[in-house]
Amino acid sequence: MSQKDSFVKFEKVDKSYDGEILVVKDLNLDVPKGEFLTMLGPSGSGKTTVLMMLAGFETPTSGEIYLDGNPISSIPPNKRGIGMVFQNYALFPHMTVKENLAFPLEVRKMQKSEIDEKVGNALSMVELQDFGNRMPLQLSGGQQQRVALARSLVFEPRLVLMDEPLGALDKNLREQMQYEIKHIHEKIGITVVYVTHDQSEALTMSNRIAVFNDGKIQQISSPDVLYEKPNSSFVAQFIGENNQLKGKVKSINGENCIITTESGDDVQALKINVNNNGDGSLVSLRPERVAINSSENFENNFEAKVKELIYLGDHIRSRVEVCGNDQFIVKIPNSYKGANLKEGATVKLSWKASDSRALDLN
Amino acid sequence: MNQTQTSSGPILTTDGIPLKVSLKKAERINKIRAFLLVLPLLAFILITFLVPIGDMLARSIDDRQINTVFPKTFEVYKKWDRQGLPSEEVYKTMFFELKNSEGYSVGKASTRMNYSKSGWKSLLKKSKRKFKKIEEGPYKEKMIAIDKKWGDPEYWLAIGQMVDPTTMGYYLNAVDLKYDSSKNVVQQKENRRIYNKTWIKTFKVSLLVTLFCLLLGYPISYLLATLPMKYSNLLMICVLLPFWTSLLVRTVAWMVMLQQKGVLNNLLVMSNLLEDENRFQLMYNQTAVVIVMTQILLPFMVLPLYSVMKTISPTYMRAALNLGASPMHAFYKIYMPNSVPGVSAGCLLVFIIAIGYYITPELVGGKDGQMVGNWIAYHLKTTLNWGLCASLGAILLAMMTVLYWAYNKIVGIENIKLG
Repeated sequence: MSQKDSFVKFEKVDKSYDGEILVVKDLNLDVPKGEFLTMLGPSGSGKTTVLMMLAGFETPTSGEIYLDGNPISSIPPNKRGIGMVFQNYALFPHMTVKENLAFPLEVRKMQKSEIDEKVGNALSMVELQDFGNRMPLQLSGGQQQRVALARSLVFEPRLVLMDEPLGALDKNLREQMQYEIKHIHEKIGITVVYVTHDQSEALTMSNRIAVFNDGKIQQISSPDVLYEKPNSSFVAQFIGENNQLKGKVKSINGENCIITTESGDDVQALKINVNNNGDGSLVSLRPERVAINSSENFENNFEAKVKELIYLGDHIRSRVEVCGNDQFIVKIPNSYKGANLKEGATVKLSWKASDSRALDLN
Repeated sequence: MNQTQTSSGPILTTDGIPLKVSLKKAERINKIRAFLLVLPLLAFILITFLVPIGDMLARSIDDRQINTVFPKTFEVYKKWDRQGLPSEEVYKTMFFELKNSEGYSVGKASTRMNYSKSGWKSLLKKSKRKFKKIEEGPYKEKMIAIDKKWGDPEYWLAIGQMVDPTTMGYYLNAVDLKYDSSKNVVQQKENRRIYNKTWIKTFKVSLLVTLFCLLLGYPISYLLATLPMKYSNLLMICVLLPFWTSLLVRTVAWMVMLQQKGVLNNLLVMSNLLEDENRFQLMYNQTAVVIVMTQILLPFMVLPLYSVMKTISPTYMRAALNLGASPMHAFYKIYMPNSVPGVSAGCLLVFIIAIGYYITPELVGGKDGQMVGNWIAYHLKTTLNWGLCASLGAILLAMMTVLYWAYNKIVGIENIKLG
C-alpha cells in the first residue's frame, strides 16, 4: 500500500503506561480512506489503547501517528476533528437529544439555521426525528446508541472511531445495529476504525480486520481471508469455531506438509508457519469443512467415533474422537439427506489437505 | 368470544375482592413491621426534638405568666379608658395583689414588665417592701407618695401591652421594633437597635462562608473524584481529619495562628513583608469568624460535592473534547451542569449550619463578630429572656424553611445528593 492512500498511519508506535510493560508493541498500521477497519482482540490486547491514541486521549510512548499525512501526536483531542462513539455512549445527560447533537456544531461557531439543518439531517439519518426533545435517559439503549452515532457524525469528521459501541445492547438489537452502522458507512463513505471483542460483529461489518493479541497485530486481512486462512493458531482459535490436531512435522513438500498426530496418524495439511521437520504444530480445521461418510476423494480419511450429538435446529453438532482428539467438532446440516448418526457409532471423516492448515504450536 | 374486561370498574382478584383492597391487606403486615422498626427513633425525635421546638415556638408568643400574678388587677385594668391615671380601684387591686404575692413570682413578673417599660422592676421591688407599712387607703395617693412612678401614666399604659395572654412583643423586639404606650408598633430607640444589624451580619458571614467553602471545596472535590483510588483515599482522610479533631482545639489553634502576635503575623513580620506596627487584625472580628468557620464547615461542602462528582463519568469530558470543545468549555458546559446537585446540596448544608453557628463567633468573633446564635445564647444564659430567645430562634427556623422552599422551587429537592 502506498503512502498516498493511507489515511491513518501508525508508524512504529509503542505505548507503555508504567514504564515496565508495553501494551502496544511496534505498531505499524495503514488505514486507507473510506475503509471500515475493525480492531479485534481479547480484553487487554491493546486495541482500545490504540483507539485512544488515535483519538488523542493517550500519547504514544514512541513512534508517530499520521492523519492524512500529518503527524498528530502533538494535536490535542479537541483539534483533531475525529468523531467517536463511546462504549456507554457518553451522551450528556443534562441536554436533550437535539442539544447533544448541536454541541459539536455550537463549539464550531456555526450559524443557528445551519445547526438546525444539520441536527435535523443527523436525526433523520438514524430515524429519530421525533425524539429530538427527549432527554437521553428517556431513550432505550438502542435509541441512545443511535443518538451517539449521529452525534459522532453530525460535524462531518474525516474519521470516526467506535469503542465497542454495541457492547451494552442485547443480542437482537446488536445485530440490527451492526447492519445500520454498516449501511451508514456505505452511504457516507467515511473512514471508520472500530474496536470490538465480538468476532461475529467484526466479520459482519468490516472491510478489514486487525486481530490484536499481546499488544501486537497478529493478522490483518479481510474477513473471509481471516476466517478461511488464519496464519497463526491464535487467530484460528479466536475467529470462529476451530478443530485442532496437535502433532509434529513429519515431512515438508513445497506448499504441503505431513503432520504426525500424537495418536500416530498422518495428516496432510498446508504448510503455513512450520519450517522444520520435527517441529511441533497445530493443524487447524473448520468444522464445516469436514465430510462424514463421503464417497468423494479426499486427501485425509480417518475413522472416528461419535461421542455426543447436540441438536441445534439448523444443524447437528457432533463431537467425535479422531486422531486422538475427542473434542473434534463436526457440523452436520439438518438437510433431507442428513446422516442418521447414533452416539457411539463409528464413521468415516474426510477433509481436503487445503482446508487443514499446519500452524505454529502456540 | 371476547374475554377482555372492558368495564371501567375496579379490577377484581380471582376471589372477587377489589384488587386494591386485597393488595392493602397483603401489605399490611409489612407496613406494621416497618412502623415498629422506626418507632423507637420516632419516639426519640418526638421527645427530644419536636416537643422542644413546639415549646420554643409557643414561648415566643406566650404572655400568660404575668396574668397569673396580677389577674384581678388586669380585670379591672381592662375597664380603664387609658386617659390620665387609672381609678382608685385599679390602684387598690394592684396594692393587694402585690402585697400578698410571693416574692418569686413578683420577680419573674417584674422582669417581663421591665421589657415593656424599664423601671418596673425596681418600682415593684421597692413598693413591695414599703407596702407592708400601709394599712388602709386611699391607696392611690399613698402609692404615689412611696414612688412617683406610680403617678406616671406611661407605666400604667405599659401594662396594656401585657393584658393579652399572647404577645408579638418578642418578635418585634427581635427586629428592633417595639410597642409604644398606646400599642402602636414603632422603632426601637437609636441606641437600642442591635438585632437588624446582627441579622444582616449573620447573613453576610454565612454567605461568605458558603462562598469560600464552595471556592475551596470545588477543586478539591474534583481532584478527589478524578484521582486514582489510592491517592484519593489519602486526600479524603486529609479532608476528614478536621472532623476527628475537637472543634475547640481547632478554634484555639486558629487563635494561635491569627492573633496579632500570632504565627501568621510573626512570619510576615519576620520575612519583612509586613511592618511591625501594621500587623493584620485577624482575630476577634468578622474576618476571624469567616476564616475559622470556612475551615470548620469545609467538609460539609466537600462530601456532597464529591459524592456527586464521583458519579459524573469521565467519558463525558472525553466526549466533549472529542466533539471539539476546549477543555475550559467542556468543563463549563458539561462538567459543571452535572455537578449542580452537589453544589446546591453543599451550599444549602453549609449555609444552614453557618446561619445558626454559635461557638466559633463566640470564641473568635470578639464584639464585631457576634451572630444571632450568640444573642440567643446571651439571652438564654444571662438575661433569661427566653421569649426573645424563642422568637430569634423561630425567625431563624422560618428563614431556613423559606430557603429550603425556594431551593425546592428553583433546583428541586430531589436533585440533592448527600452521598
